[in-house]
Amino acid sequence: MSTLLELSGVSVSFDGFRAINNLSFQIGEPELRAIIGPNGAGKTTFMDIITGKTRPDEGRVIFGEKSVSLLKMSESQIARSGIGRKFQKPTVFEAQTVRENLAMALSNPRGPFDVLLYRKTPTGARRIEEIAAEIGLTDHLTRRSGELSHGQKQWLEIGMLLAQDPRLLLVDEPAAGMTPAEREHTTDLLKRAAATRAVVVVEHDMEFVRRLDCKVTVLNEGSVLAEGSLDHVTKNQDVIDVYLGR
Amino acid sequence: MKQGFLSKNPSVLWFLAALGFFTLCVTVLSEAAGIGLISTSFVKTLGKTLCLCLVAVAMDVVWGYCGILSLGHFAFFGIGGYAIGMWLMYARTEIIVVKSLSAAAIPPTPEEITASVGQQIFGVVGATDFPWLWAFADSLFLQLLMVVLVPGLLALVFGWLAFRSRVTGVYLSILTQAMTLALSLYLFQNDSGLRGNNGLSGLQNIPGFEQTPQALISVWFFWASALALALGYVLFAWVVSGKMGSVVRGIRDNESRVRFLGYHVETYKLFVFTLTAVASGIAGALYYPQAGIINPAEIAPIASIYLAVWVAIGGRGRLYGAVLGAALVSLLSSWFTGGGAPNIPLGFYTIQWTDWWLVLLGLSFVAVTLFFPKGIGGLFDLIVRKGDQK
Repeated sequence: MSTLLELSGVSVSFDGFRAINNLSFQIGEPELRAIIGPNGAGKTTFMDIITGKTRPDEGRVIFGEKSVSLLKMSESQIARSGIGRKFQKPTVFEAQTVRENLAMALSNPRGPFDVLLYRKTPTGARRIEEIAAEIGLTDHLTRRSGELSHGQKQWLEIGMLLAQDPRLLLVDEPAAGMTPAEREHTTDLLKRAAATRAVVVVEHDMEFVRRLDCKVTVLNEGSVLAEGSLDHVTKNQDVIDVYLGR
Repeated sequence: MKQGFLSKNPSVLWFLAALGFFTLCVTVLSEAAGIGLISTSFVKTLGKTLCLCLVAVAMDVVWGYCGILSLGHFAFFGIGGYAIGMWLMYARTEIIVVKSLSAAAIPPTPEEITASVGQQIFGVVGATDFPWLWAFADSLFLQLLMVVLVPGLLALVFGWLAFRSRVTGVYLSILTQAMTLALSLYLFQNDSGLRGNNGLSGLQNIPGFEQTPQALISVWFFWASALALALGYVLFAWVVSGKMGSVVRGIRDNESRVRFLGYHVETYKLFVFTLTAVASGIAGALYYPQAGIINPAEIAPIASIYLAVWVAIGGRGRLYGAVLGAALVSLLSSWFTGGGAPNIPLGFYTIQWTDWWLVLLGLSFVAVTLFFPKGIGGLFDLIVRKGDQK
């Protein structure tokens, strides 16, 4: 397992508030990692920094074998270089069909003229079928995604990430608002995705994190408080004080 | 590829058939064909309406599909009109000057001709020399190129600055309004080089066709407008279909999602903004020779707002909706404000439509926004749905 993403000494403040404070973090490929932490711990800011939405005040963010810095790249460049992100609220294109949503995400050239002259290929269609089967939406490909249930939208968004074929997947609270059966499906999805790539899951729900059965990073006040297996971190006194004990 | 595209979008074929039929009817009934059921001035009105439909289609693509509420597309329309107007005015004045000087004992030098043309054109604003803007005015080819290049470049530079700073929503609308306001204020100045508030006139006279009756010229321009609308419609229908349409509508509905999928949103916006600006410029270049005159009031901010109103009433997000809205509202507008609509005497007060038309338009805009957000085009959905139920 080689290191895919490395953050070191990253800090960012908003109007004097230090959202991320000298944060260092590493993830390999393949790996599944859960990030937990109280509200305001900097979980979302952490993802914003990796995906280029927020620029850190200091520190380094390095990605891939060639150790390219992500700090000088735009959001779309970062996405193209292999980092996919799922938002907390399911964000799919509700006015378009499930197939259109997935087709847009497929890893093809992204320039306007490539897209304008894009023609459907059998390979692309097959890939869409595969992903639809993976996320359990095979029968819904022609439906408008706005008509899907909340859980299905979450899966569609995960499917869109898979279609991008990223090396690193950042997933923000995938199980929020899901029924127990849906949660189980989501866990399986993420575990399978993590077999070949790096997956970072931000989650509040301890039960869900337990089922992911992976290394856990606890964030607090913008830096790493503890890291290790779930059992290991839940026994940590600091973690109990700031997070679990409340 | 085209065949596949048309067969997948039957509404485009319907539109082209309807436009073709309409063009044929107007031609047959025009004065040029001898029947004269449609007067030459009404042929011009209809031709102008087709040009307005083309800008409305462009507006629908940029607003209805891409979600950029541009309130400045009429500026591009006006620039197209000015670009072609400069050649029309120059070439025609030159012909008149050459004719009048040919009677002189000594044949005039080219410098004398140019000076005299300059005097004729700019005398009205107290100038005689040609401003740099008119450097290419003697060449039809170069001015036609300007019709495309100037709106295109302006849109490219303006769009690049605005989109890369991530200006969106109402702020972008305000910026585009500022652009069109600045442009029209600049053109109002006498030393702008485009004859200030006099604008360019006599554009209905096409140099080299002095002997051709206006009845015939009006039909030619009507055809050209219909052709431009048809080509523009097919082009934009193609752009907003397929994967490009998917990405563009995605930008409208959730910009950041598209960005995190790896698309460079700003480039797409710039592409759509510039392409529609060029189409608007071409529409303007066809409109003003039919109108005969262009002045800075044409590109006042209100014109671009009307454009948005037409598209909203016609139905955003469907191209035929934009065409319907532009045609209906602009024709109604000239009927009401041109004294066509009978005044309504209420005894104590007489409703004069020349004054009250704007109120009616405003009310219908509010009503459409509140009760029929899909506009007139939305009625087609009802028909289609009824057909499905049977």
